[in-house]
Amino acid sequence: MSIIVEGARKEFGDFVALDDVSIQVPDGSLTALLGPSGSGKSTLLRVIAGLEQPDSGRVMISGWDATDVPAQKRGVGFVFQHYAAFKHMTVRDNIAFGLSIRKRDNKEIDERVQELIQLVHLEGFGDRYPSQLSGGQRQRMALARALAVEPKVLLLDEPFGALDANVRKELRQWLRRLHDEVHVTTIFVTHDQEEAMEVAGQIVVMNEGRVEQTGQPTDLYEHPRTEFVMSFIGPVNRRGAMFIRPHDLELLQVPAPDAEEAMIERIVRLGFETRVELLLPDGQQIWAQMTRDEAEFDELAEGAIVYARPRRAKVFEANGEPRTEELSAAPGA
Amino acid sequence: MTAKRRPGRYGLRFVALGYLAMLLLIPIGMISYRAFEHGFAAARSSVTTPDALHAFYMTIVIAVIAVVANTIFGVGCALLLVRSNFRGKALLNAIIDVPFAISPVVVGLSLLLLYGRTGWFGDVFLNNGIQILFAMPGMVLATIFVSLPFVVREVVPVLHEIGDEQEQAAETLGANWWQTFRRITLPAIRWGVAYGVVLTTARALGEFGAVAVVSGRISGQTETATLWVAREFGQFNTTGAYTASLVLALIAVATLLAMNLFKRKEAS
Repeated sequence: MSIIVEGARKEFGDFVALDDVSIQVPDGSLTALLGPSGSGKSTLLRVIAGLEQPDSGRVMISGWDATDVPAQKRGVGFVFQHYAAFKHMTVRDNIAFGLSIRKRDNKEIDERVQELIQLVHLEGFGDRYPSQLSGGQRQRMALARALAVEPKVLLLDEPFGALDANVRKELRQWLRRLHDEVHVTTIFVTHDQEEAMEVAGQIVVMNEGRVEQTGQPTDLYEHPRTEFVMSFIGPVNRRGAMFIRPHDLELLQVPAPDAEEAMIERIVRLGFETRVELLLPDGQQIWAQMTRDEAEFDELAEGAIVYARPRRAKVFEANGEPRTEELSAAPGA
Repeated sequence: MTAKRRPGRYGLRFVALGYLAMLLLIPIGMISYRAFEHGFAAARSSVTTPDALHAFYMTIVIAVIAVVANTIFGVGCALLLVRSNFRGKALLNAIIDVPFAISPVVVGLSLLLLYGRTGWFGDVFLNNGIQILFAMPGMVLATIFVSLPFVVREVVPVLHEIGDEQEQAAETLGANWWQTFRRITLPAIRWGVAYGVVLTTARALGEFGAVAVVSGRISGQTETATLWVAREFGQFNTTGAYTASLVLALIAVATLLAMNLFKRKEAS
């Protein structure tokens, strides 16, 4: 079911949480709302769910105007950052809640709950209470609970935000696979660009209550339309008007056109990746990213002088399209 | 820790227990002793006179009505205070504590002014044949008033603590307001409510001042157990007065024990 939000505006006192926001989410897609805290991404999700009423604007769910429909009747599944587990109910009763509200018969409920317990890998935990589960298990239970009523859309508000880094990574991949199986139109909110790039098919980047850019992950990375998107999606060095990705910065042993002299301040080795932190003559610090092999081949050492040359840079002009400058086509020259 | 206890610790314990003993245990012990001083049979017969039984009956009926009314009002009011925003919320919050702040005798007198023959509402009820003062309705009103804040004050912090995400989750799963309240909110606040009920019960059983003013203290008719105790004590029927006091205390303790039993049973 597609979701369309048109011109949504929401204020909390003096704070403008949503400022004329419009988005389109295609049927069956997995979309991330990505932005820093206070960018309005959670408010937008809650407006779609009906948990928050917009001051103006419309919400359409599969062509049906849901703006004035209460959350109870929208047919959306919602997953909260802090799980919102029903603490006095077992896992089974939590998952069955929506079905028992709909007065389905017990046999049908039992079968469906069993199915969902398997889907979210909580076999054997059915009679436990939420307090007896780990964070990751609670969030999987919450997801099963939301899926039980076969929602038209699934909305997840920072679903992995409260989990350990390892569990986060695992659940991301799991959510991706789950979406491939269930195919329900899904929107999730995150402030983690890596999470959005890894999981989502489409990303909506938000900042200060507005949509900055919408697109596929690689598209946003390669063709950011604003400085904000450029620096929020992936790391960036800023040199004058140029925005340079650390992996687009090559380090030469000898002077060359467009190359700046720099001193290697520090080398950080992160397994496959090596980060070289550089100090420019004017005192600015930038960094270059390369593979471990590249760093070793060039025999880079802390304190050495190198010449840093951008292979590619983005320039954002006040009026008009952002420009990509290809400075040296041959990598590793 | 068990091997090396500092003497200061014993000192603190001694002070705490001694304080409790002076204020609570010794007086209650004395009452028990004096109640049974002439034997169990004497104690029993002293509180089973028709007037005494009627007084207990009045106390229990009034307490039950007050507890039910204040529980419904208290939960509703707590929900209003925590879950919604409206003008005058701070005022409502302050007003709820008024019964704690003013003397029960003043409460009684204000009811007298309102519902008395020359009071604002006095005529309205009397002309329709409803006796408020010197009858059960006035006594119930007075008791509800003095025990009003307990449930609200117990439930408000619990509602704050549980937050509203569970309720929102229930809403997105299709539950209407009542289903959400009954299946999510109420179970989550149950121990706050229970504790409020215990406190309300204890307060209602022990109410004296306000009820004394509005009841007219007609023995066998508008006399509650506490009023009966005071009158019997004044007439030197000390066995009856002490025994009835003990019975009142036992009823209050029994409600507290009942709550703890339920709680323990559920935890296991």
